[in-house]
Amino acid sequence: MLRLTSGRLGSLLARRTSVMSASSSRMASHEVSDTVDMSRPMYCDRLDIPLPDKPYRDVLTDAEESLKQKEKGPWSQLSREEKIALYRLSFCQTYAEMKKPTGEWKTVIGGIFFFVGFTGLVVWWQRIYVYPPRPRTFDPEWQAMQLQRMLDMRVNPIQGFSAKWDYEKGQWK
Amino acid sequence: MFRVAVRLSVSGVRGLTRPQPRCQAVLASRCYSHGKQETDEEFDARWITYFNKPDIDAWELRKGMNTLIGYDLVPEPKILEAALRACRRLNDLASAIRILEAVKDKAGPHKDIYPYLIQELRPALQELGISTPEELGIDKV
Repeated sequence: MLRLTSGRLGSLLARRTSVMSASSSRMASHEVSDTVDMSRPMYCDRLDIPLPDKPYRDVLTDAEESLKQKEKGPWSQLSREEKIALYRLSFCQTYAEMKKPTGEWKTVIGGIFFFVGFTGLVVWWQRIYVYPPRPRTFDPEWQAMQLQRMLDMRVNPIQGFSAKWDYEKGQWK
Repeated sequence: MFRVAVRLSVSGVRGLTRPQPRCQAVLASRCYSHGKQETDEEFDARWITYFNKPDIDAWELRKGMNTLIGYDLVPEPKILEAALRACRRLNDLASAIRILEAVKDKAGPHKDIYPYLIQELRPALQELGISTPEELGIDKV
C-alpha cells in the first residue's frame, strides 16, 4: 500500500512539475493539473493480489501487438524470451522482485540514531544553559548530616531506620 | 373466560398427545441452523466449477484468483488446473505464470507444497505449454 501511495504521489508530483513547466512557458495561463482517476482500474504489485485490475502496459508497440497475437496460438510454440516478454507486458515486478529486501531498515535505524543523538545534544545544552544548579540536598556532606540527624532523632526505633543502627558500637547492625 | 381456558387447555393437550410431524421438522431444522459447514470437497468443486465456466471473462478470472489467494489455504492442483485452463481460454499466458508464482508464495515456509503442485500439474502444464517461473528464470532476482 505504501509503495502504491508513493507511486501515486510520485506520478502526481511528476505531472505537477510538467504542468508547471508548461505553464511557465506560457506564463499567464492558469492550468489545472489533471488528477489520477481513482475510479479507473489501476495497476499495483502486491503479493496478495496476484492479478491486478489492469495490465502493466496498456499501449503496445507493433512488435508487442504481434506478440499478443502469437499468444493466441499454442503456447508451446512461444520461446522462453517471448514468454518473459508477455509476462512483463502484463506485470511490472515478479514475485521474486517484490520480495527482494529493500535495505530500508538501514535508513530507519540510521534515522533513529540520528534523532536520538540530536535529542542528546539538546539535553546536554539544557544541562549547561537551562537547568538551575543542583539543590544543596544532593551534596554528599548534606546527606551525611541528614543521616546523622535522623539517627540522633531515633527515627523509627522499633522496626525501621534507627532499629538497624547499633548506638553502642556506632555502626550499622 | 372459562371457555377460552378450556379451549386453550384442550388444544394444548391435543398438541401434546398428537405431535405434528411438520412442527417437528421445523424444530429439527432450527436445532441445526448454525450455518452449513462447507466441506473441503464442496469447496474444491465450487472453485473448479467457477474456473471451468466456458465463457469466463478476464475480470472473473482475476476476481476468482485474487479471492482464492486471499484465503488461508493453498489451492488444490485440480482447482489450479481449472484456473490455468481458464487462462488458456482467455489467451493470457502471463496470468498463468503469475498464478504459479502466487501459489508458490502462498505456500510460505512449507517448501514441499510447491513441488507437489508442479508435479501434479505437470501434464496440464505440458499440454498447455505453460512454463513454470523456474523454467523462465524469474523466480530469482
